[in-house]
Amino acid sequence: MAATAAITTTSSPSLVDTLFQRSLDDVIRALRSSPSSASEETVISRALDEIRREIRSPDLDTKSVSLQKLTYLSSLHHLDLSWAAFHALELLPSPSLPHARIGYLAASLSFHPSSTELLPLATHQLRKHFAPSPANPPALAASALHLLALASSPDLGRHLASDLLPLLSSQSAASSSLRAKAVATALRTLAVCPDVAPVLFKPLVDCLSSSDPRTVSAAVGAFCELALAAPDPFPYLPLAPEFYRLLVDSRNNWVLIKVLKIFARLAPLEPRLASRILDPICQLLRRSHAKSLVFECIRTILSSLTDHEEAVRLAVDKVKEFLSSDDDPNLRYLGLRALSMLESAHPWVVEESREAVIKSLSDPDTNIRVESLHLIVGMLCESNVVEICNLLNKYAMKSDPEFANEIIGAMLVTCGKNLYELILDFDWYVALLGEMVRNPHCAKGEEIERQLVDIGLRVRDARPELVRVARDLLIDPALLGNPFLFRVLSASAWVSGEYVEFSRNPVELVEALLQPRINLLPSLIRAVYIQSVFKVMSFCFISFIEQIQAVELLSVGGSTQRSEKNDEQSDTVPLKTTESNVSEGDHGDTTADTVLLLDLIDKKTNFTRESISDLMNLIETAVAPLSECEEVEVQERARNVLGLLFTLRETQFWNIEAAHELKSDKELSEIIELLEAAFSEELGPVSANAQKRVSVPEGLNLNANLSDLSKILTDYDLTPSASISFSLQSYNPQETKEDSVLAVEPSSLLAEHRKRHGLYYLSTQRDGDELNDYPRANEPLLPVDHGDATEDLVKLTTPSLVPRKSKPTKPRPVVIRLDEGDGTSTSHLTTVKKSDNLLSEAIRGVLLENESQPSLSGKLDTSSKRRENDASDNSELISQQIESVTLEHGNSSSRKSRQHRTHKERYESHFKNEDIEKSSRHSIKSSRQHRRHKHRQRGDVTADIVPQTPAIQDFLL
Amino acid sequence: MIRAVIVMNTQGKPRLLKFYDFQPPEKQKELIRSVFAVLSGRPDNVSNFVEADAIFGPGTRLVYKHLATLYFIFVFDNSENELAMLDLIQVFVETMDRCFKNVCELDIVFNFNKMHAIVDEIIFGGQVLETSSEQVMKAVEEISRLEKSSNSISFVPKAVSGRFGR
Repeated sequence: MAATAAITTTSSPSLVDTLFQRSLDDVIRALRSSPSSASEETVISRALDEIRREIRSPDLDTKSVSLQKLTYLSSLHHLDLSWAAFHALELLPSPSLPHARIGYLAASLSFHPSSTELLPLATHQLRKHFAPSPANPPALAASALHLLALASSPDLGRHLASDLLPLLSSQSAASSSLRAKAVATALRTLAVCPDVAPVLFKPLVDCLSSSDPRTVSAAVGAFCELALAAPDPFPYLPLAPEFYRLLVDSRNNWVLIKVLKIFARLAPLEPRLASRILDPICQLLRRSHAKSLVFECIRTILSSLTDHEEAVRLAVDKVKEFLSSDDDPNLRYLGLRALSMLESAHPWVVEESREAVIKSLSDPDTNIRVESLHLIVGMLCESNVVEICNLLNKYAMKSDPEFANEIIGAMLVTCGKNLYELILDFDWYVALLGEMVRNPHCAKGEEIERQLVDIGLRVRDARPELVRVARDLLIDPALLGNPFLFRVLSASAWVSGEYVEFSRNPVELVEALLQPRINLLPSLIRAVYIQSVFKVMSFCFISFIEQIQAVELLSVGGSTQRSEKNDEQSDTVPLKTTESNVSEGDHGDTTADTVLLLDLIDKKTNFTRESISDLMNLIETAVAPLSECEEVEVQERARNVLGLLFTLRETQFWNIEAAHELKSDKELSEIIELLEAAFSEELGPVSANAQKRVSVPEGLNLNANLSDLSKILTDYDLTPSASISFSLQSYNPQETKEDSVLAVEPSSLLAEHRKRHGLYYLSTQRDGDELNDYPRANEPLLPVDHGDATEDLVKLTTPSLVPRKSKPTKPRPVVIRLDEGDGTSTSHLTTVKKSDNLLSEAIRGVLLENESQPSLSGKLDTSSKRRENDASDNSELISQQIESVTLEHGNSSSRKSRQHRTHKERYESHFKNEDIEKSSRHSIKSSRQHRRHKHRQRGDVTADIVPQTPAIQDFLL
Repeated sequence: MIRAVIVMNTQGKPRLLKFYDFQPPEKQKELIRSVFAVLSGRPDNVSNFVEADAIFGPGTRLVYKHLATLYFIFVFDNSENELAMLDLIQVFVETMDRCFKNVCELDIVFNFNKMHAIVDEIIFGGQVLETSSEQVMKAVEEISRLEKSSNSISFVPKAVSGRFGR
């Protein structure tokens, strides 16, 4: 046997193995009888060994069976087949149909247009199989087409495009299925290789008017694909009459669906087309029983014909039918999707079906629930946001984890949209954020963290409530167990430190921040905790001192009280003087400060010497161990806290009874001054573009290769994550300065590292003005996450003059927003992808050329007359095409939009290319002046197009 | 267009795979796994559509039908109609039922080539070409008739080897 002869050289498989080849069924049986996946592996590897042997056999039977086995294994057991590509090609020329089909199947499943350099070898064979001859049964030609369709590479397409033509234009009924396959293949070829459009496009158009329904269906499918994929469907507009004919005449739902899809794309381009197709579509909508067709009609109306009230009404009625079909979740789901299409254009529609939508929120089907959730959050407005969000939040508590997070995420996105434009009552919203965190399934920690901090920065009035919520979160023992919420805790810690002046009980706060269980948190968050302790401690100390000062000044200012601090009656007048004395540099709102101070005196009366030193002892006990912590961020901050603590103790402030003593103690007053300066600067939101405005320090090369950094880092045995990462606090350079002044034991390791590699650190010398421009370390500005950056930008840059409804009860607090209008526009421009118009351009070229051909035959006179008439026509379509003519003659119409012009230019350049190609093809004209001449000639050709387009126009009217 | 046709059983084993955009074998494995993870989590009597953006890229969705031990899955993009795809699955299943006389998973397992022939008659290069199961069956029968007639001449040795090799 031939198989054995070929194999005798290789190892020594048993005689039975080599003598009798196992068939595909045998392999499948062996696979099925293998009990475990491990034994399956051995079966596969054994089969592979066999295949490798057999496939080299010169006997085509043996080869084809082994290739068949290989194809099976590769398709369903994910083996790589590329090594056998050549063997597949070897089978193609076999006179036996099964051999060739096996070869084609293997090739079509495994060939990749760009990875197989063997494809060119198949060109000839494919061409042979395309040729209509009795030797090629349709099954063979179909397989060949299939390979071309699936593996078509631009080269293959270019070579074989013209060979598809006989198949596309054959009229015999027997080959109708083959013709449809050729259409589908032509589509794929066009997609990978747009420059075959001149060859293939015209036959495809002809297929639309074929008498064979199968061909028409395939052709409509192909055009649907092309029109939907085209970045600009304009080139397909001239085919509208053909599609209209199909829309009216065809009874095939598949064809109608595709035609509707094409019209959905074309209708927005041409208003008269829209009014023309409206009637047939409504008819279909009323008449058809096929739900798929009805849904497509609805979709077409809701996406492209929303200006036509009556049609929308009709579609909405059908949508309601869908929504109320209790037995079919598919229809309910699609009904909700249809509603969401209308959400922005016709909100009343969603309002009308409100009940059904809300009911769907408890549907057993996740799809339906998610759609209904999106519709519900889409309905949110200023007046109902509180009510609906409260409901949703309660609902989230009861739902399964995945959907709960879906709900929470949707609420966060909607409420946070456009800088919380829906939110009037921030106290409520902050409390809601707190409640979201209580949901045991909540995994949206990062977004909640961002919003907590962001609201703190932007909304001054929300801070007291924010601090209250943050405190509740910090003392909640349950939250420490959920890693998704660590970020929320970090935000809470930061908020309570930054806005500690609103806290009712700072001591309790310190206790919460230093509870032993914070060891569960990652080091970066612990660092934030400790930094907050630092802030709280300095705040307590300053208020204690201020208290002494205030009491003193009160008494000095003429009031009779001397020892009682808690008397509020007489405060107002003397306090004004206090104010002017204490804060000279502050030109802010004095009354507000007075109130603040009043508040202070009111609240902080319970700071006694004892309570302060108790607080200090507490902090010392809890923080001291951390100063030995292995994580640098924690260690550094802990040492800062201890440093401040010891410095304060040294001053022996508790000996001070009165303010004049305070002044005499120079060291103490210096410290107080520093502390006040450290935290008086308020942090604000940072413009997303701020980073661009920061000038790069001289000698700093941001593009330098940092690969040597890791080497340096390993030298110091510092974990890179700890030394490179930033915490929320670290972006306040002033604060850092203070820290380093106050720290008695600077963490020497890090300092030395900084000194030595100062090159890699940004200079810290910035004055206060620039401070606000400095981006937060975690601002999503790094080029790595572009998505976030643009998203943030869009949020930040929405025009701040959004018309607001009158606020009925409570004035909405001020939300700080940054105005940077031009930021958006540019970024938007850059995000718009440069679409490759290659195919549309090619098709436009072909279509216009097609159209121009008949008109060449002596219609020139009438055409020019018509042109004059049409010049006054308002159709964009015409103006655009006239443009190419008028520009030629140097009088440009004033109506042309800029866009059209660029359009046209591209179009023109394309023509130029085509001209060159043409001339080279016919190799008649080659000189440069010829091209110029042709240019003019082309002008005439486009002039001839004009009469053709009115033909469409007339039809549409 | 249709991006992929997948038949897998309820254990996640693929029985028929057809990707109309080339996918390397490793990627196929991953796709199958993620599709199975999504489908196995869905209860019965819910809608048959799944957004597949995360698995097959933006704008793609899949429609599936769960029959006996098998999932039939079509992946498609916005140029197809959801309900029409659902109908197409029905056509596909009906055709198999006709071809194999009461189809079951085993038929699909042991008729690799025929399954591909059926799919290729219905969907070609991602385009739906035939929606009548009768026509599909005719075409498939014609192919097997032609294959047999050319088999009878050249495949004698194989028939022998097939019988002995079991």
